[in-house]
Amino acid sequence: MADQLAIGSRRGLRPALPLLLPAYLWLTVAIFLPLSAMVFFSFMTDLPLAGKDWAFTLGNYAAFFSQSLYSTLLFASLRLGLEVTLWCVVIGYPAAYVLAKVLKGRSREAIFLLVILPFWSNGLVRIFSWAMVLREGGILDTALNAVLPFKINIDLMYSYPAVIIGLVHSYVPYMVLTCYLTLQAIDDSLIEAGRSLGASRRQVLWRVIIPLSMPGLIAGSALIFVPVVGSFMEPRILGGRTGTFYGTVIEDQFVAVFNWPLGAALSFILLAVVLIILALAAPVLRRAG
Amino acid sequence: MAGVQVANVSRSFGAHKALDDVSIDFADGGFYALLGPSGSGKTTLLRQIAGFDFPDSGRITIGGESVERVPVEKRRIGMVFQNYALFPNMSVADNVAFGLSVRGEPKATIAAEVQRALDLVQLGKLGGRKPHQLSGGQRQRVALARAIVTKPRVLLLDEPLGALDKALRVDMQIELKRIQREIGITTIFVTHDQEEALTMSDRIGILRDGRLVQEGPPEEIYDRPQSEFAATFLGDANIFRGNATGSGIKLPDGTTIAASTGASVPAGARASCAVRPERIQISTGAAKADPANANTLKGQVSKRIFAGNNSTYFVERDGQTLKVIVQNTGAERLAEGQPVVLSWSPDSTVLIAA
Repeated sequence: MADQLAIGSRRGLRPALPLLLPAYLWLTVAIFLPLSAMVFFSFMTDLPLAGKDWAFTLGNYAAFFSQSLYSTLLFASLRLGLEVTLWCVVIGYPAAYVLAKVLKGRSREAIFLLVILPFWSNGLVRIFSWAMVLREGGILDTALNAVLPFKINIDLMYSYPAVIIGLVHSYVPYMVLTCYLTLQAIDDSLIEAGRSLGASRRQVLWRVIIPLSMPGLIAGSALIFVPVVGSFMEPRILGGRTGTFYGTVIEDQFVAVFNWPLGAALSFILLAVVLIILALAAPVLRRAG
Repeated sequence: MAGVQVANVSRSFGAHKALDDVSIDFADGGFYALLGPSGSGKTTLLRQIAGFDFPDSGRITIGGESVERVPVEKRRIGMVFQNYALFPNMSVADNVAFGLSVRGEPKATIAAEVQRALDLVQLGKLGGRKPHQLSGGQRQRVALARAIVTKPRVLLLDEPLGALDKALRVDMQIELKRIQREIGITTIFVTHDQEEALTMSDRIGILRDGRLVQEGPPEEIYDRPQSEFAATFLGDANIFRGNATGSGIKLPDGTTIAASTGASVPAGARASCAVRPERIQISTGAAKADPANANTLKGQVSKRIFAGNNSTYFVERDGQTLKVIVQNTGAERLAEGQPVVLSWSPDSTVLIAA
């Protein structure tokens, strides 16, 4: 049976080739080639532009290990990624549950649209609108002071919480969508079966629903954690001075300092760290899923 | 273990009355079938008893305790779902252990009880499998073991055999009945399969459009249906409609049919008679004057269906097609088109008020 299937799939590869080719061609041109160039740059002393002299070096990678600043920032970014992912779970999972299991028909479509909306708006617009909300004398400050009888000062702008808020807002739809898909596939009768066996709603949630939606939680977390660790736009605009993270340093190398080799090396170190983290987590996650 | 009382329960979904003033008394330890076509309210009634849904009015008690405000998980019921609803991420043993484990029973007790339950459904060795590795019949057994391991007061089954093929279904009917007897649990079984209801249950409740049509032991409902619907839904019946005479009915063409069982209907009122196809004698010659088979009708065979141990004859008579089932005794078979005489006893004729 397994042998037959294997033969069947090998036979199926040749006719599938014309279908696969465009995607692989595109991946090669758009990702593999530029990335290879970046790998190459990361081992150079300087960019080979304007006739400058250059040589191969490991110095860019050594810089990461010789200056504690980079590893400190990397840890800050990993922590940021972890916190944002956690908030996305806390906010996104219940929303996905309500969408998948509570709402039906029209109201589900309407709420779904609201969840997807951040996807369709420009990233910069999104971030600057948060800046208007969070700054002193901004929308949040004014609204709270209009309601509350005492005077409070809300100035979240240029702070760690502002960075978190902005990032969570940008990435929570990923969590909602991935969790929605797995939650929707859970048969309602499983929930009823759990309760008929004496489990409270909370026990059914922990023992049946969450384990069964683990694939969605894991996929959502991976989709959020990886880009957040390398994020630079939200930290820079909403974080101000406190918004220096690993991603912003890489951006600086490319945009401000014009030290592409160092920027490339720092990027690949980040990629390696992320891959190591995912590899270490894989056995645990596989068991959970 | 406990009996279940449903008293004057009504439930509407918008304008649709799913249950309309239903009252049934499910005695302790009995095996009940709730029988009805789809949309008759039988599953709705089961869900009220389980606590997945609540009645708009009326009372439900389990073991004498009113359960209106009791959530599902506190009702101590066991339920088997139509699609089995096994937890796909858990092994067979973990599925069965679920109810005990959420109760916080010690691990050793759980293991012993799970093994006993799996032995009872004859799956003692499959505890380590995942549900997707089991056949339909095996999944059914796991669902049953999971539902009874917690020692519930009532076992609720929602068309549990609907997804199985015919041969397996008959096996599971016997098996289910054996297990129910063994643990003596009050069982309420929803089905649309009349044969299943007849063979398995001590009592049957027939539902139609949210109302309880008739309730009683299978023999009683089969032999003395109180409505045309009950007569035709549980088994086959020939229905004659006319006016009551006091001892039977008079058909529009003047023929009288004597009936000695069923309702008492005042003379002159609209009424009908039901006769089971297997109670009718069919013959070619002139009818002998037999007081035991006092009801006679002339007709013509329009069709014969041979089914091995019996034959079904369709007999045309005054625009009505009557059904007669004759056991295969080796006697001469009747040809299509042949004129025949049908005769049957007033004792086999049930009078039904219109």
